Amino acid sequence: METLITILVGFLVMIAVYLLLSRNLIRVILGTAVLSHAAHLLLMTMGGLKKGSAPLLGEDAESYTDALPQALILTAIVISFAVTAFLLVLAYRTYKKTGTDNLQQLRGFEDE
Amino acid sequence: MKINDVILQTVTKIVVFIILTFGVELFLSGHNNPGGGFIGGLVLSSAFVLLYLVHDIETVHKGIPFDFKKIAALGAFLAVGTGIGSVLFGKHFLTQAAGHFNLPVFGDTELSTVIVFEAGVALTVVGVVVTIISTISEDV
Amino acid sequence: MNNILVMPMIIPLLTGIILVFLRHYIKTQRVLGILSSIATVVVSVLILHQIQQEGILRLDFGGWLPPYGILFVADSFSMLLVVTTSIVTGILLIYAFSSIGKQYEHMFFYPFVFFLVAGVNGSFLTGDLFNLFVCFEVMLLSSYVLITMGGRKIQLIESIKYVTINVLSSWFFLMGIAYLYGTVGTLNMAHLSVRIAEVGQGPLLTVISLIFLIVFSLKAGLLLYFWLPGSYSAPPTVIAALFGALLTKVGIYAMFRVFTLIFYHEPVITHTAIGVMAILTMIGGSVGALAYNDIRKIVSYNVVIAVGFILAGLAISTEVAFQGAIYYLIHDMIVKALLFLLVGTMIYLTGKAKIEEMSGLIRNYPTLGWLFFITMLSLAGIPPLSGFIGKVFIGQGAIESGSFILLIAAFLSGIFVLYSLLRIFMNCFWGETIINEDDDVPLKKGMLVPCILFAIMTIAIGIGVEGLAPYVTDAARTLMNPEIYIDAVLQGNR
Repeated sequence: METLITILVGFLVMIAVYLLLSRNLIRVILGTAVLSHAAHLLLMTMGGLKKGSAPLLGEDAESYTDALPQALILTAIVISFAVTAFLLVLAYRTYKKTGTDNLQQLRGFEDE
Repeated sequence: MKINDVILQTVTKIVVFIILTFGVELFLSGHNNPGGGFIGGLVLSSAFVLLYLVHDIETVHKGIPFDFKKIAALGAFLAVGTGIGSVLFGKHFLTQAAGHFNLPVFGDTELSTVIVFEAGVALTVVGVVVTIISTISEDV
Repeated sequence: MNNILVMPMIIPLLTGIILVFLRHYIKTQRVLGILSSIATVVVSVLILHQIQQEGILRLDFGGWLPPYGILFVADSFSMLLVVTTSIVTGILLIYAFSSIGKQYEHMFFYPFVFFLVAGVNGSFLTGDLFNLFVCFEVMLLSSYVLITMGGRKIQLIESIKYVTINVLSSWFFLMGIAYLYGTVGTLNMAHLSVRIAEVGQGPLLTVISLIFLIVFSLKAGLLLYFWLPGSYSAPPTVIAALFGALLTKVGIYAMFRVFTLIFYHEPVITHTAIGVMAILTMIGGSVGALAYNDIRKIVSYNVVIAVGFILAGLAISTEVAFQGAIYYLIHDMIVKALLFLLVGTMIYLTGKAKIEEMSGLIRNYPTLGWLFFITMLSLAGIPPLSGFIGKVFIGQGAIESGSFILLIAAFLSGIFVLYSLLRIFMNCFWGETIINEDDDVPLKKGMLVPCILFAIMTIAIGIGVEGLAPYVTDAARTLMNPEIYIDAVLQGNR
């Protein structure tokens, strides 16, 4: 299972890199979003996927899965959520101001 | 662009309350079960986003006259405040306390200071999400 | 239990939150901001003193003992940086009062400065790798907002690159954390160190350490500095000064922490890599500093050179070199802030940013000119000023360990720093004056006073270096002997 998920992570990273390298601003942002999800998935896989029951008190199980990666992921999700939201607003503002979402045309800057 | 979507508006009137209730339920169940401040806050804010979708911004602002940036700040203040609170009692920063109380209606209830922290998180999430959505949509 | 440890992070955080409510009361915001900066400085100095008496302090959040809970750890190294950060921010705030403008003050400028400081101080203090990531993100999110604030076209364009690069490096960070957790099963830095010492730093762990090297290089601007000059020259002066003084330093701090405490077993690979990258950074930074005519760019490339120089200290990795690096780190935070302020003031006064468009400023603004002169000497490392002691120690360390290439690169880069700044000084301050008496823009007192304060600090550190010495020696000793840190954190419950 771990191997499978790791391959999935690699696949997500592949998609993300493709998106990140494109010229369209929105695609770049989608790329960062996919990238962060790949990282979260990797974080979960690295903690071990299914070693016991869900780490909840109500489960009354013999053994529990490590709860720490999930706590880490929750934090990381919150952060990537905030960053993605910010990037979307930023992209929108940039589009409004420059009239283009093509990164090729946003290269460098002429003196103001 | 003004869309007068009667079906959506009528459905929203009911659905918003279901979403809000579900958000509170998620928030409260977060103590020992899946849920909690962040998820509850997200669900709560989705209700506001739905309102924004159905009505225009002015109408929603007239109905809910809060500055959502301040709500976010209030939430963050609550969350940090619980940490400081434990300092005032001479405990480690962010120490939480819990206890069982016999309340008149609810019977034996477990109350915990985590709920304040989580409420802070929820408020922050609601504030931030709604602020983001309204920032994007304001100057379309 | 030392709840005071959390104060350098909590005071700015709470101040930021409270200032959000006081959005339209700018006077109150300013007063509160200054008061909170002073409080942070006082608290951090107190903690620094306490460390000298009681050794390394730690605070377990919520009473969860390490390695299970997250915690703050304060040793001399981190506290020295916290103190400097707090002082630098306080002085920069004074500059902001007279320069930043109403528009920014209404757009939550002060709250975000304080959130940034909270993130920076948190990164310095934390003893947990994931918490370090979170504090980094707090700092970076505030910096994203600060860099875009005002919404000028160039700021927006530059910030897209800045944000994307940082998201990418955060992804690397998360990946490194995931691998590390998968390999050794802990994220507490001291515990990590113990575990890695037990199992030995094999090839797998070395590769993981290289991931961290990439992450912190991106944040610190070590070799991977291509994003830095553009984004540091876009925002208004105060914000650029904040970034130049603080942001890269956090990356440098993290690198010191990780490569002296956790991954110190394979110096042939990791520390050599750092050394090579440091040399390349110094070369690249020097080329950049000489190539551009835009003074903001020149100054930004000076930040890059300093990063290379400080990390040369880490690459040499002897106690003397660490001392030098710490002295230089403190010096650089102060003087880079001053340099950015001076350059920003020059642009404010003339309205131009190219060196060939300015001339003879010293006739109109003599104080500014001499301040720039002092800054230049301090950065070049002329004796009575603060840059000198750091350079001497790093040089001494390099000679002792026989790293002569690093030594040559470090000192040549010093000459290039001097030359690049001398170019600004000669072109902009000397020569025919371009500003005649009538359209002489008055230099505001509020802009000059912070510069003078910084200049006094660089002179004071240079002359009074003996007062600083015990702290720096202690910090370098802790860096050199990770056992001290580990013992203080784990204290019997390994």
